Amino acid sequence: MATTLDQTIARRQRTLGGAILGNQTFWVLVAVILACIFLSFATDSFATAKNLYNITRNVTFVAIIALGMTLVIITGGIDLSVGSVLCLCSMVLAVTMHAGYGIETGIAVSVATALVIGAFNGILIAYLGFPPFVVTLGMLSIARSLAMVASNNTVVFQFGPDHDKLLALGGGSVFGIANPVIYMIVLALLTGFVLRWTRIGRYIYAIGGNEQAAVATGLPVLPIKVCVYMVSALSAGIAGIIQTGWLGAVTTNIGAGMELQVIAAAVIGGANLAGGVGTAFGALVGAALIEVIRNSLGLLGISAFWQGTFIGSATILAVLFDRIRNFRQSE
Amino acid sequence: MLLELSNISKHFGAIQAVNDISLSLEAGQVVGLMGDNGAGKSTLVKMIAGNFRPSHGTMRLNGNDIVLHRPIEARQFGIEIVHQDLALCDNLSAAANVFLGRELRRGIGPLRVLDYKAMYRRAGEIFKELRSETRPRDLVRQMSGGQRQAVAIARTMISQAKIVLMDEPTAAISVRQVAEVLHLIRQLRDRGILVVLISHRMPDVFEVADRVVVMRRGRKVADKPIAETSPEEVTGLITGAIEGG
Repeated sequence: MATTLDQTIARRQRTLGGAILGNQTFWVLVAVILACIFLSFATDSFATAKNLYNITRNVTFVAIIALGMTLVIITGGIDLSVGSVLCLCSMVLAVTMHAGYGIETGIAVSVATALVIGAFNGILIAYLGFPPFVVTLGMLSIARSLAMVASNNTVVFQFGPDHDKLLALGGGSVFGIANPVIYMIVLALLTGFVLRWTRIGRYIYAIGGNEQAAVATGLPVLPIKVCVYMVSALSAGIAGIIQTGWLGAVTTNIGAGMELQVIAAAVIGGANLAGGVGTAFGALVGAALIEVIRNSLGLLGISAFWQGTFIGSATILAVLFDRIRNFRQSE
Repeated sequence: MLLELSNISKHFGAIQAVNDISLSLEAGQVVGLMGDNGAGKSTLVKMIAGNFRPSHGTMRLNGNDIVLHRPIEARQFGIEIVHQDLALCDNLSAAANVFLGRELRRGIGPLRVLDYKAMYRRAGEIFKELRSETRPRDLVRQMSGGQRQAVAIARTMISQAKIVLMDEPTAAISVRQVAEVLHLIRQLRDRGILVVLISHRMPDVFEVADRVVVMRRGRKVADKPIAETSPEEVTGLITGAIEGG
């Protein structure tokens, strides 16, 4: 029985269930949930309110930056400077407040620093055609060095008149949920909304899918690319501000090596380094898996030296699902 | 007359790519543009599409002189080009590609969001009009060559193009898909659109075109109704075995 053209056009390629089962983020989420269930039974300390509070709060710093990183990765770029930008923004905030300025000024200066760095990265990459890897690798070095210059490589732990406000901002909680977790959820919803429901979100995917096509179609490709690097740096700056409030002290080595965790989180969550694929929800799920792995190793009494092995394996495994699906499709 | 080219030339340094070409093209026609590699077909089409500016000569659209600096300006005049590599985003759905840069939105003021439903529906209607079995929700990555052409062509229809320039649309696709693409071209013509078809494939041009323009070494050597010529003659004109006028 031949189907009519109408039926063919109206048919969906995959059912909703099929789409979910073929989704990397879904399987990583399943892994996170299974790991949590397993840990609840295997250890006494995992499913305690205190540990869950810690896990959710620890997730946020990587997760917030992974949101920004996901945008960059969707356009086919990479931002290696986020760990150092986090450090510089924390330090700028700390030094400004230590000098006697209020928390509003501190945050404004810190956010401005992040945006300037992001714009610098973005303009070099978009308008001057530098490879993202090179520019952000350079910035990784520059930003950390500037943080050392700003603080004279000391630890800052006194934040002037608004000291307590800053600590409440990062260390407080509302209804038993740590403040950073609330910020993370708000930022994730915002990122998810932009990606799915706005034109700029659609264009970010288009640039990653086929940049030449995006240019030929007349999309504002270069401004959007600058924008995503600014958002990436901004996400690092926001994470830095929150982390400063939570830690109550800033050293020049915070955020060292964090870029790799952030990229791993984005990739585990389904972002494709070749560009064109990724979601805000995936960034959170990827960050959650990394944190659950870290937390569980400690609780299970496995040496912390194994952490890298497990996180690295999780990254490779997550992408393996994607490869297997591609092989099936190409057959 | 929809599009008139008068004494158009283009040189790149010492190389004369297009030499003194005049053409008058009407709406609702399919014009086959043929010639060997390097004959200047692509250069000519790229001038119409706004990629290059002519070194000499003028272009008139509906009787008005136009000067195109960029492809986006050509599009504003209703001139669309379907590239050989199609310029589609593989990671997006057919509907997303059709509406890329012209997304439909709903809501008011700054709170406007993409209207997925309307875009799926409208893209579906266009595919139906084109009689193409292309599903708006499918990712372009998973599509056949013919379906990709349908997406690229649907895009020109969204924009209400008056002129569609097609660069080798039937190269590198299967025989069944070629028939599909030729069918799409007729659909465009029947809607009163001028289709300029660059092709190396003689049978395709003779099947679908109303007129054939042959170029050799940057010059126009023939411009005839398809009924008054033959593949043999056109081959001769392309190779230079027959001297054109």
